[in-house]
Amino acid sequence: MKKLSARRRHPLAALVVLLLALACTGGLYAAFAPADKAQADETAQSLAIEEGKKLYAVGCASCHGTGGQGTTDGPSLVGVGAAAVDFQVGTGRMPAQQPGAQVPRKKVIYSQAEIDQLAAYVASLGAGPAVPSEEKYGPEGADTAKGGELFRTNCAQCHNFTGKGGALTHGKYAPTLEDVDPKHIYEAMQTGPQNMPSFPDTTLSEQNKKDIIAYLDAVNGDDTVDPGGLSLGGLGPVSEGLFGWIFGLGACIAVAVWVAARTAKAKKS
Amino acid sequence: MSTAANEAPRSRGKAPAGERVADWADGRLGIYSLAKANMRKIFPDHWSFMLGEICLYSFIIIILTGVYLTLFFHPSMNEVEYHGSYIPMQGQLMSEAYKSTLDISFDVRGGLLIRQIHHWAAIIFLAGMFVHMMRVFFTGAFRKPREINWLFGFLLFVLGMFTGFTGYSLPDDLLSGTGVRFTQGAILSVPIVGTYISMFLFGGEFPGTDFVARFYSIHILLLPGIMLGLVVGHLILVFYHKHTQFAGPGKTNKNVVGMPLLPVYMAKAGGFFFLVFGVIAAIAGIASVNPIWSIGPYRPDQVSTGAQPDWYMGFAEGLVRAMPGWEINFWGHTLVLGVFVPLVIFGLFLAIIALYPFIESWVTGDKREHHILDRPRNAPTRTAFGVAWVTAYMIMLIGGGNDIVATHFHLSINAVTWFVRIGFFVGPVIAFVITKRICLGLQRRDKEKVLHGRESGIIKRLPHGEFIEVHEPLSQEQLHTLTAHEQYKPVEIGPTVDENGVERKVKRTEKLRAKLSKSYYGEESQIPKPTVEEYKEITSGHGHH
Amino acid sequence: MSSQDIPEENLPAEQGGTHVPKPADEKNPFADPGLPPHEHRIQDIDERAAKRSERTVALLFTVSMLATIGFIASFVAIPHDKSIYVWPLGHINAMNLALGLTLGVALFTIGAGAVHWARTLMSDEEVADERHPIEASPEVRAKVHADFKQGAKESVIGRRKLIRNTMLGALTLVPLSGVVLLRDLGPLPGTKLRHTLWSKGKLLVNMNTNEPMRPSDIAVGSLTFAKPEGLEEHDHGFQNEIAKAALMIIRLEPEAIKDKRELEWSHEGIVAYSKICTHVGCPISLYEQQTHHALCPCHQSTFDLADGARVIFGPAGHALPQLRIGVNDEGYLEALSDFEEPVGPAFWERG
Repeated sequence: MKKLSARRRHPLAALVVLLLALACTGGLYAAFAPADKAQADETAQSLAIEEGKKLYAVGCASCHGTGGQGTTDGPSLVGVGAAAVDFQVGTGRMPAQQPGAQVPRKKVIYSQAEIDQLAAYVASLGAGPAVPSEEKYGPEGADTAKGGELFRTNCAQCHNFTGKGGALTHGKYAPTLEDVDPKHIYEAMQTGPQNMPSFPDTTLSEQNKKDIIAYLDAVNGDDTVDPGGLSLGGLGPVSEGLFGWIFGLGACIAVAVWVAARTAKAKKS
Repeated sequence: MSTAANEAPRSRGKAPAGERVADWADGRLGIYSLAKANMRKIFPDHWSFMLGEICLYSFIIIILTGVYLTLFFHPSMNEVEYHGSYIPMQGQLMSEAYKSTLDISFDVRGGLLIRQIHHWAAIIFLAGMFVHMMRVFFTGAFRKPREINWLFGFLLFVLGMFTGFTGYSLPDDLLSGTGVRFTQGAILSVPIVGTYISMFLFGGEFPGTDFVARFYSIHILLLPGIMLGLVVGHLILVFYHKHTQFAGPGKTNKNVVGMPLLPVYMAKAGGFFFLVFGVIAAIAGIASVNPIWSIGPYRPDQVSTGAQPDWYMGFAEGLVRAMPGWEINFWGHTLVLGVFVPLVIFGLFLAIIALYPFIESWVTGDKREHHILDRPRNAPTRTAFGVAWVTAYMIMLIGGGNDIVATHFHLSINAVTWFVRIGFFVGPVIAFVITKRICLGLQRRDKEKVLHGRESGIIKRLPHGEFIEVHEPLSQEQLHTLTAHEQYKPVEIGPTVDENGVERKVKRTEKLRAKLSKSYYGEESQIPKPTVEEYKEITSGHGHH
Repeated sequence: MSSQDIPEENLPAEQGGTHVPKPADEKNPFADPGLPPHEHRIQDIDERAAKRSERTVALLFTVSMLATIGFIASFVAIPHDKSIYVWPLGHINAMNLALGLTLGVALFTIGAGAVHWARTLMSDEEVADERHPIEASPEVRAKVHADFKQGAKESVIGRRKLIRNTMLGALTLVPLSGVVLLRDLGPLPGTKLRHTLWSKGKLLVNMNTNEPMRPSDIAVGSLTFAKPEGLEEHDHGFQNEIAKAALMIIRLEPEAIKDKRELEWSHEGIVAYSKICTHVGCPISLYEQQTHHALCPCHQSTFDLADGARVIFGPAGHALPQLRIGVNDEGYLEALSDFEEPVGPAFWERG
């Protein structure tokens, strides 16, 4: 490991990694894309791990340790599984930019192929939840209403009724679930990123997760209907009160000013 | 002046139908004597005098829409399964109250609109009352003879809060249920009787199956009934006292200048009802309020973050959030100060503003009637006190929404809470000092304006090269308006030794009164208004015009 | 600001040149000059302007009629579940929008018409109305006092003290019947707040799957909610029971548990705490798995679940009650007793 970390600092290392990554991305794309995922063979898998390891060495090792054992700057990644990597890197949270109460969602800087390689590498460090396949979080066979109940029991306390997010202690917060990929929601439940507790399949079954995702899509998706009109952020009485004061009472007072104002007088000439 | 008094000779033919109906009614109800005094009643024009009307009209709107809602709402906590048209709630267990609210929102045509008008009108009603109350406070309109009406208004505000709260709880949704749970927890904190009150109110343990029905009768019958009575009383007193007015040419403490009720105010005030109703209806058409379908039915083991009451309870919520968790256990009993203290402060804080008119009249010792309004700057201590009160109120409103504030301004919720804890004590003091200084500054400016005239913006060059700005003297109307207010002298304790040399015992209340009076009207609390002599001296010094 | 001095300033005639308006009253320049003379509006002197105003008012009333027709048409024609996309409101219910706007316009234009009528066509001459003191004249006052004394005297209430006292007694007592009638609003508290459905041997049932749980199901860093075995959502009284029995289950590394009793009452690092906040009873469950803090969403009481759930911030007065748990013969998690202290908010008799 020491060798790797020494070579990592070689001026040409970045270039080498970049070239390798590009080559492998292309290669992997050629290898995976046309074929069914199930057919990915062992060699492709080990190739991905190999590539992931290189990406890891450049982008992750400084905080998580060269072997994923963790340092004071970042937790151990042994056993977090591919799902955790896919979530953290896929939502742009990792690599983290600066220390703070919480690592925020950012622009994603890795391609999905690179994320898969990183995930493959981290998964090889110790067994953990795998990246879910689409049928696990897809809408087929999901019970939206049951999902609503589960959401209110397990999720709403931090993420609000319809997933608008909320405050936690000391500047931490539960982020909004708007525009979050269902896959990432699934992974977050499975792995418990940062301060979020995990909801493993043993306590929140796969079907439960599917239901929750379906519910979220129904109440916080792109096509969600807010029958009453402006949803005012879905934050409840605080934004309603502000709106009522500013636009409700404000409009009434503006009208009152007009009602009570003197009509213009004819100019003396 | 009065048309009713203009007894036109009865025409020999048939009088018009309207007149005959009026005659008939007068013979039984005596409406003509009533109309004589009121038909041409004078109301002064000022936008701030219409704030109360906003409240009155939203109250009427609430009653109208509320009656409609009772036609469809089932105040029952029976658990039923939902099979209406809202898909994400299919098959869920919920109380009948919640289900019928969903039905009003989704299956009754126009039901959602009426629900939203009802709720928006309630929010605006309370906000309007708050602003109206502040208008009355800052202009000193609560002084004799209007103290009772101030109390009526105050009671309306408090009852409005609780009517709003009980109504907000009726749909039995997860958000309001959390609020009811909080109320129950607060009741439990009351020493000695708390547990009993809770058991009686909820018909047993929380949540039980009774509270929606009980809140329903409180919300639609008991509280609005009392409020309706108070509103009528409030209006009768407004008519009886006649409206206050700002100082100005021709406006004295003995008259009221404005437009007659018939026809101008009939049209303006009547029209304003439709304007307010129109604004609220349009808002209800474009902005959703309390979307209970996305909140879910109440279950005591579920909750959502951002759990807040409607804004008018936000102040109480803030107090509860900011309070440290004090709890004292002794002799097998628990004193839950962490909840009970905010409850008491809530009451006291409101009581202070309710009793303020009596405190002020005691300090001034003024027994006269006041119909000319103060400009806030001319009562610096009162204005500063009011601003301090509002500041504390607003800080607690922030406290009530500390989680939303934290997430939206990227702050730590603990930091926001600490800000509120400290701000509740420090904020009002700072606000008091600053407001008083601003008031005194404005008084100085008024004095300056009276004595030296208005800055005209015209720059003149004098023969010897000096530039001066020409000040334009004010008209007599303006001079009068700016000097019409009266200034109190601080109350003196008087000699403590009587003519026989016997020492008189000065009562502690007397000392307090003198002290307060000094802080109200002492040298540091008001700028002596310009006198005629000062004015003459300065204007004559300016040379002849 | 009083509004009365504004119009004068706006009048161009008064600002002409260096002319200085001399106070009418030389002795007291601050004296009240009396009501300013009435000035005419355009509508008062120009019939064309008045006609324009009339047409505007009529137009507003006509718009109102049309809007009402629009309201009825929307009510009849729009399917009540139809949604449309309107910028910037989003996907909203078409009927609610249409009804709200048409009703709003119908009402607003009536008001606007009436006010415009009043402002431009009705007389705007300000009138002064005399005030009379609210207080009665001394004669009236004396008469009322005398009448009252006469009445009081005739009633002999002052002389026949027995009547007065017994009457006061009766009037004081009679409302008591009303108070007594309220007794059956609810039961007496008894020890209801001290017990929950938990007891020795009751299995912990997962709220999500409705299945009992094994220790291996619960991962470190996970959060699970549980209810006592046998309590079903359809049961009568479910709400009352779950309000006290709701449980939050987390798993810590046993060495991370700082409180000795917490460790004793846990099972392999699995701890079960009441989900009901000890402040005012919100279901507290904002669990931060790295800090082991649980935050209440209602009033931000924060509990350290690794340290006996003691309060580390906020208004709660005491720690969350912990449920003693263990594993039964079949390897399922079970309660070893009821909570040892009352769950939920504190109350006077709690002790």
